[in-house]
Amino acid sequence: MDPTGFAMMIALFLASAIRISIPLLIGTLGETLTERSGHLNLGVEGMMLLGASTGFFVAVRTQNVLLAMLAAMGGAGAGALLYALMTVTFRANQVVTGLALTIFGAGVANTLGKSVTNQSTPRNIQDLFALQPLHPDLSGVQGIPVVGPVLQFIDTAFLQHNLYVYGALVGSALLAFYLYRTHSGLHLRAVGENPAAADASGIRVVAMRYGAIVGGGMLCGLAGLYMPLVHITTWVENITGGRGWIVVALVIFVRWDPLKAILGAFLFGALEIVGFRLQAIPALSGSIFFSQYVIDMYPYAMTILVLILANVRRKKGWQGPGALGVPYFREER
Amino acid sequence: MIRIVRKEDMTGVRAALVRFASIVAALVVSMLIVWILGYDPLRTFGAILQGSFGSKFGILNTVVIAVPLLLAALAVSVAFSMKFWNIGAEGQIVMGAFGAAAVSMNLPVGTPPVVAILLSLLAGMVGGAVWALIPGLFRAYLGTNETLFTLMMNYIAIQWVVFLRNFLWKDPAAHGFPIIATIPANAFLPKVFGIHAGWILALALAAAAYFFLRSTKLGYEIRVVGESERTARYAGMDVRRVLVLGVLISGAAAGLAGAVQLTGVTHTLSESIGGGVGFTAIIIAWLSNLNAPAIVATSFLFAALKQGAMSMELLVGSPSSLSDVVMGLVLMAALASEFFLRYRLVREQGAKGRGPLAPPEAGTDRKEGS
Repeated sequence: MDPTGFAMMIALFLASAIRISIPLLIGTLGETLTERSGHLNLGVEGMMLLGASTGFFVAVRTQNVLLAMLAAMGGAGAGALLYALMTVTFRANQVVTGLALTIFGAGVANTLGKSVTNQSTPRNIQDLFALQPLHPDLSGVQGIPVVGPVLQFIDTAFLQHNLYVYGALVGSALLAFYLYRTHSGLHLRAVGENPAAADASGIRVVAMRYGAIVGGGMLCGLAGLYMPLVHITTWVENITGGRGWIVVALVIFVRWDPLKAILGAFLFGALEIVGFRLQAIPALSGSIFFSQYVIDMYPYAMTILVLILANVRRKKGWQGPGALGVPYFREER
Repeated sequence: MIRIVRKEDMTGVRAALVRFASIVAALVVSMLIVWILGYDPLRTFGAILQGSFGSKFGILNTVVIAVPLLLAALAVSVAFSMKFWNIGAEGQIVMGAFGAAAVSMNLPVGTPPVVAILLSLLAGMVGGAVWALIPGLFRAYLGTNETLFTLMMNYIAIQWVVFLRNFLWKDPAAHGFPIIATIPANAFLPKVFGIHAGWILALALAAAAYFFLRSTKLGYEIRVVGESERTARYAGMDVRRVLVLGVLISGAAAGLAGAVQLTGVTHTLSESIGGGVGFTAIIIAWLSNLNAPAIVATSFLFAALKQGAMSMELLVGSPSSLSDVVMGLVLMAALASEFFLRYRLVREQGAKGRGPLAPPEAGTDRKEGS
């Protein structure tokens, strides 16, 4: 294979990996927001399914992308609100409530999805999420040696994406800005680190937690909506295919950081498809370690490794929010 | 201003009434949702009851579904009793089934069924125990978060079987279909009263779990560790040993669920052999307050709902996923009812300033979560 062709193959692979990483990235942003408040919501898969089904249902019925996104945020947000009500106000166990939310969300989604099974994403929305190249016309520089191919490579891999991809990247930056550069973000992190201290300093712990959980749920809904609306462009049962659980892993893997989430999601997205590509290379086909079925284990194994490293290194930032999963009730301090 | 106040634990009839009321409320809300989703709620619920309790076939199937739920919920309850959040039962079930499959498929031809079955079940317990032991050791010796560790182990187990099915154990006789061959018939669990013998094992294990946690030294130690690791340490208990042994028992029971499912129901290994049982079991164990007799009853009710929903799909045409909607809501209601059993809401008069003026309670600076 000539070097240019090989480079193009890599560029196209990178582009696919970025596209498949988007639901992971948006979901990770949502769950990061939630966990930063100190609540471990294991219902990501359920909320993604809720958002995917309500959003796609509205998209098919109205052909309006904004309404679809609002519906996705509303559906998943409602699920998250239920979780918040149970865990923040009713003091139910977070793990059990999260699992119940997953069962409930999958039930609603698969029932609602039955009514749109044979529908595909409306034409106008498909067009909207078709490739939206960011680059100026490259035909002028194509002939220049080195510079031309390099620009071509960057263009193919990174600048030929749909609006969802750009939106997710902007969302990561916004969440990072919110968490690290605003008062409200500082308060949220304080609530997640030490709710008793935050409470004593006058931060409204319950309100912050409700906000973070519901906001996180809405993001998970948008993450789920990507699957039927943009990726598959129709409805299939359990359309998110376990991505909600990968998100739970990813949040740990990127250590609750929205910017690292971009790279982490890209890595996990690449792992999701790299095996099938590697099998096309004669030297690797048949090799067990490059089989997609084995590669599919890597994200979980790497996350476990991060969990263990967090214990060995005992460094700030590796452990996650101090009060993650620990219930806080003012009256029972 | 409304304040939440802890009250004496409610017991007996009143507690039962609150729980019952919450379930009824959940059913009413489920009917509403079923109606919103466009299905006839009365026909739907009627068909669920009809499908689970309306025939001998329905009842038998309910028991078949209840067996792995019961085994896995008991497994989870042992770990939860020592506050080890084992949410890896799904993976332990899969690895248990893998262990049973590995042994049963490699026994010499003509092995007596009793030997084949016992060895397969034993291998299943070993498979589940090993899968639980890995996060257990890390928790005991490094303090690694077991909730997330066990969760990740689920997906590694599932992917492992996907890999076996597509690669190492792909059945050459299946014309290229990626499935694993059926285990030999001498390892099939025999039927007792029309249901595979797993139900006897499950009930026996329920009795054993009840006795174990209440009346044995290790069971007592497990409960003390669950109350407070510090107390256990001061009392001279080897907390690490208790954790590791408890996790082994929990994993072995979950593995047994997988082995029973393989030898009694599916007869072939696939990654879906757990089918979410490991997660549902967690909810069952929690709602039953980790109490073995309650777990038996709850498992049976959940199984009835599943079985009813499957026949409902055939009878009425409503999708069986409706049962997940109902189940999710019933769970939420049951979880919420625990709150109303433990707390009451108090309206404060002249709320302003009451908080700061209240006398400081002793020990308010205690670290939360300890």
